[in-house]
Amino acid sequence: MAVAGFLRWGGRRARLPGWETLCSRWCLITSHKLYSTVYDPNEKTFEKLLIANRGEIACRVIKTCKKMGIKTVAIHSDVDANAVHVKMADEAVCVGPAPTSKSYLNMDAIMEVIRKTRAQAVHPGYGFLSENKEFARRLASEGVTFIGPDTHAIQAMGDKIESKLLAKNAKVNTIPGFDGVVKDADEAVRIAREIGYPVMIKASAGGGGKGMRIAWDDEETREGFRFSSQEAASSFGDDRLLIEKFIDNPRHIEIQVLADKHGNALWLNERECSIQRRNQKVVEEAPSTFLDPETRRAMGEQAVALAKAVKYSSAGTVEFLVDSSKNFYFLEMNTRLQVEHPVTECITGLDLVQEMIRVAKGYPLRHTQADIPINGWAVECRVYAEDPYKSFGLPSIGKLSQYQEPLHVPNVRVDSGIQQGSDISIYYDPMISKLITYGSNRAEALKRMEEALDNYVIRGVAHNISLLREVIIHPRFVQGDISTKFLPEVYPDGFKGHKLTDLERRQLLATAASLYVAEQLRSQRFLGTPRIPIAKSKRSSWELSVHLGDGIYPVAVSKDGSSFSVEVDGMKLNVTSEWNLASPLLSVTIDGTQRTIQRISRNASGETSIQFLGTVYKLQILTKVAAELSKYMPEKAAEDTSSILRSPMPGTVVAVSVKPGDMVSEGQEICVIEAMKMQNSMIAAKTGKVKAVHCKAGDTVGEEDLLVELE
Amino acid sequence: MAAVRVLRRAVRLCRGRAASGARPPPVPQRIEEKRRAALLGGGQARIDAQHKRGKLTARERILLLLDPDSFDEYDMFVEHRCTDFGMDSSKNKDFTVFGGSLSGAHAQKICKIMDQAAMVGAPVIGLNDSGGARIQEGVESLAGYADIFLRNVLCSGVIPQISLIMGPCAGGAVYSPALTDFTFMVKDTSYLFITGPDVVKSVTNEDVTQEQLGGAKTHTAVSGVAHRAFENDIDALLNLREFFNYLPLSNRDPAPVCECHDPSDRLVPELDTIVPSESTKAYDMLDIIHSIVDEREFFEIMPTYARNIVVGFARMNGRTVGIVGNQPKVASGCLDINSSVKGARFVRFCDAFNIPLITFVDVPGFLPGTAQEYGGIIRHGAKLLFAFAEATVPKITVITRKAYGGAYDVMSSKHLRGDVNYAWPTAEVAVMGAKGAVQIIFRGKEANAEEEYVDKFANPFPAAMRGFVDDIIQPSTTRTRICHDLDVLASKSQSSPWKKHANIPL
Repeated sequence: MAVAGFLRWGGRRARLPGWETLCSRWCLITSHKLYSTVYDPNEKTFEKLLIANRGEIACRVIKTCKKMGIKTVAIHSDVDANAVHVKMADEAVCVGPAPTSKSYLNMDAIMEVIRKTRAQAVHPGYGFLSENKEFARRLASEGVTFIGPDTHAIQAMGDKIESKLLAKNAKVNTIPGFDGVVKDADEAVRIAREIGYPVMIKASAGGGGKGMRIAWDDEETREGFRFSSQEAASSFGDDRLLIEKFIDNPRHIEIQVLADKHGNALWLNERECSIQRRNQKVVEEAPSTFLDPETRRAMGEQAVALAKAVKYSSAGTVEFLVDSSKNFYFLEMNTRLQVEHPVTECITGLDLVQEMIRVAKGYPLRHTQADIPINGWAVECRVYAEDPYKSFGLPSIGKLSQYQEPLHVPNVRVDSGIQQGSDISIYYDPMISKLITYGSNRAEALKRMEEALDNYVIRGVAHNISLLREVIIHPRFVQGDISTKFLPEVYPDGFKGHKLTDLERRQLLATAASLYVAEQLRSQRFLGTPRIPIAKSKRSSWELSVHLGDGIYPVAVSKDGSSFSVEVDGMKLNVTSEWNLASPLLSVTIDGTQRTIQRISRNASGETSIQFLGTVYKLQILTKVAAELSKYMPEKAAEDTSSILRSPMPGTVVAVSVKPGDMVSEGQEICVIEAMKMQNSMIAAKTGKVKAVHCKAGDTVGEEDLLVELE
Repeated sequence: MAAVRVLRRAVRLCRGRAASGARPPPVPQRIEEKRRAALLGGGQARIDAQHKRGKLTARERILLLLDPDSFDEYDMFVEHRCTDFGMDSSKNKDFTVFGGSLSGAHAQKICKIMDQAAMVGAPVIGLNDSGGARIQEGVESLAGYADIFLRNVLCSGVIPQISLIMGPCAGGAVYSPALTDFTFMVKDTSYLFITGPDVVKSVTNEDVTQEQLGGAKTHTAVSGVAHRAFENDIDALLNLREFFNYLPLSNRDPAPVCECHDPSDRLVPELDTIVPSESTKAYDMLDIIHSIVDEREFFEIMPTYARNIVVGFARMNGRTVGIVGNQPKVASGCLDINSSVKGARFVRFCDAFNIPLITFVDVPGFLPGTAQEYGGIIRHGAKLLFAFAEATVPKITVITRKAYGGAYDVMSSKHLRGDVNYAWPTAEVAVMGAKGAVQIIFRGKEANAEEEYVDKFANPFPAAMRGFVDDIIQPSTTRTRICHDLDVLASKSQSSPWKKHANIPL
């Protein structure tokens, strides 16, 4: 049966003003699109399925189950008792306290729930127990179907060495290399030439990139050999060296495969996942701008060959590194549904979760390779609760005081498992949602992404919308010139937010000033009983002074019917809007350019923060008089931050290595904070004596909490 | 900004105009000279000194506080009796003039303005920056204070009175702010004390700085004398402008209604899950308040004092309301001496000025202990009870979780003439928590008693069955319900028996 044909998208509701909160609830129901896949109600399937996961992926699986007529069981930790996936499922059972080791990874408790609820199958989602062979084995022993590949495939692909060997045997390109004792420099050169330059040389025993040297020619190989063999002997007492092809500026491109238990396997095209930070994907798309049909086919066929070699069934992903000459090398295979699977669903029209469930039930695939289309283009942004200004994203926690997904923008899909009022806690991944846009071509998909990001309301936690928006509009990204080093290359000094052009700055100043005046005007309008008429004349012009960044800009605003005429830098701009001061989203037209802005906050002191082009700008708007007098205001002494150490993010204190009275030197580690899978070493900003320690190992700390004071 | 009105009704004085030719008439010229001198206050050197201290002059302050062109100065020509020159603006002690110390003439000006304000029904805003009584004027200065105090008292409950302390305010001068409805301070540059550090040192031998003794931090966090503190003069004045818009002009006006863009029927879905399932776990009452009121704007009063109760102003569908809420995040939201007094004074202000009261209840009871009993929690707690009971403005109460014991009665209960009393499904209206109750009744002998008690009492049904709560509502609909109720209650009229005045247990 053919699945070709464009996707249709779920009927969107026009948003009624003020129904934002309701909308966020609707999202859960309407955010999934209509797949071109057919859900045959007569096809026998599982009666009840348990989802051994939480958050967006649990919700994602439940949606498909609902369409297939399968009853669902959610599991949750006690802090997740009110989570969206719990509400969506037909049944929900608590499996333990917040820490994942005691809840979502607690196999005993989960097995108990399966028995109690008589679930016939388990979908593990991604992460947690999704690639745990022990879990798959225990399920099998109790006759419960694991929605995923066989234990054998999980095990084989879970082992780095074994998977590489298997790949090699299946004629999949692997990174050419040599691992063993190298006699002398000449032999090293011979091996390097065999592999082809550039090569990477390091001691086999050294983990990760430690002691890694890159050689581009024979000379550098000799040098690399000398250093690495010395290091191998002295540091590790192990003479073995690893000489491997060095892949310069690699892209991370992966192939989605789908296989059944009858020996059929398909490749569902690629996903480009090169935009990463700390090896975590941030922006993904399908297809890739880089692959030509031949390369795509070659990669696809190799991926399928590997899947067949391990008798793979279910959906899986074969990851490749691709160099600038389109040579591709096997990296690893993920034996689960990937986070970024929606982009593949968008361009192929398949519902991968449905296919996984069908395969697990034993049905053969309904499609042939020829049925798999590339329809249009899809882009996915991972929206995280994190501060992108700190090493491209440090976790942030808190309550989503306001939350509204941009579902009123056409061709937008949002996979999320949270809603307004949800807590982003330190216990789990800080992902808020996956925002996917779709278009008939890449430019269209990216344009919609821009609009969707501008229309996404997230308040109460820091989020990475600014970074995502900058990435998707960056000329290099737009041209498709990307690699896994994109972020550090484009932002060598860290991400600093959007850089305003002169025109954009004027637009921002004009908008902010107009908002200020609109607010002032509204505050003078009392309904019912009139206030004593005090102003002798009705004001129609305002002279303001706006502080933005390092600059102070005089801005003159005059009311011109329903719009404002604003003078900035000697230029006149016309600003129109409905000026709905309660709506989290404000559509403003500045000299004909439409912008969706968000006023994040305001206060009586004239301070306001406005999200404009994705980035939140802090401004202070004062009348000219107030601004002139503010020069007399005393400078408040800023806290001397060199002698205090504050937590840069919320998390748990893992270790404290100092006590009061200790001398510490600048750069010395003082304590370690763990937050959402990351350990962060906190170091002393100066040399001195420890005055007080305000935390101990095991403490939970909030952002900006005082940890240690120096004298 | 509608009407920041210190006072209007211009004293029309002819503008001096130098006639051309011949001899200039002496009077217009003298007027002009005097006016020019008055505008300079204590002179340029003094103005510079004031600026150097990080403070503004009275005229600059007024410029920022008021709408342009809405200030008519009175009595620019009044002179101090013991000296030959002086200038003060209405109820605004200008520190550039004699350190702002109070003279008889000065007091006379203040009284004149206050009398006018009371007559026309306009709020009084005092910007205080004064060294105290002008010793040189002796008893005349003291009399001046008393004249002002009397007017503060007579105006109390008639027009809102606000004091903004913008410099030192010591000795007798402190009682005027203390008598007004709200006292705000400027951080680092304002002080309030009866006697300064020097006198304290000589009398009690305590070493204390001005800041420790009577700075903004002391009065907003420790003594409860001031209601809020702001960063600097400009910040304070801008905030005062915003605050002013919440208030009616006098007790003859209803609570003001502003244009509102926030839909009154907005649902707040996050409230359905905001109360934690474990009844011992805290949550932030401010989250509830922010999500229910218009545009999340809440002007909190005394945010750093007795934080176990939250009070402040907000708007519902544009109408000003006073909000009182127990704060489970601080001391479990229990009532103690300080929180009772804080709440009571706020409730009485709202009642005096026709501002409806919305009360969010999550209170485990009054705080036990010798410190509280010795401190007189009985009579202080009674103040809050008294205030809620005597209030005749619309009173809407929402029990979010615990409403235990006497504290349940106190917190604007149905029995104290509450107009609309709601309970969320998480409400527990009972004499006490399950654990305590079982201990008292069964002396811990009954194993299943706690569960039974929870089932029987720790829920909203007993109260709802008796009509003590009018409805058990879905939390997400709270805003809609309150907005509707306020519309219905707008015409509420209720009176208490005739009396000279009630006798609140002070």
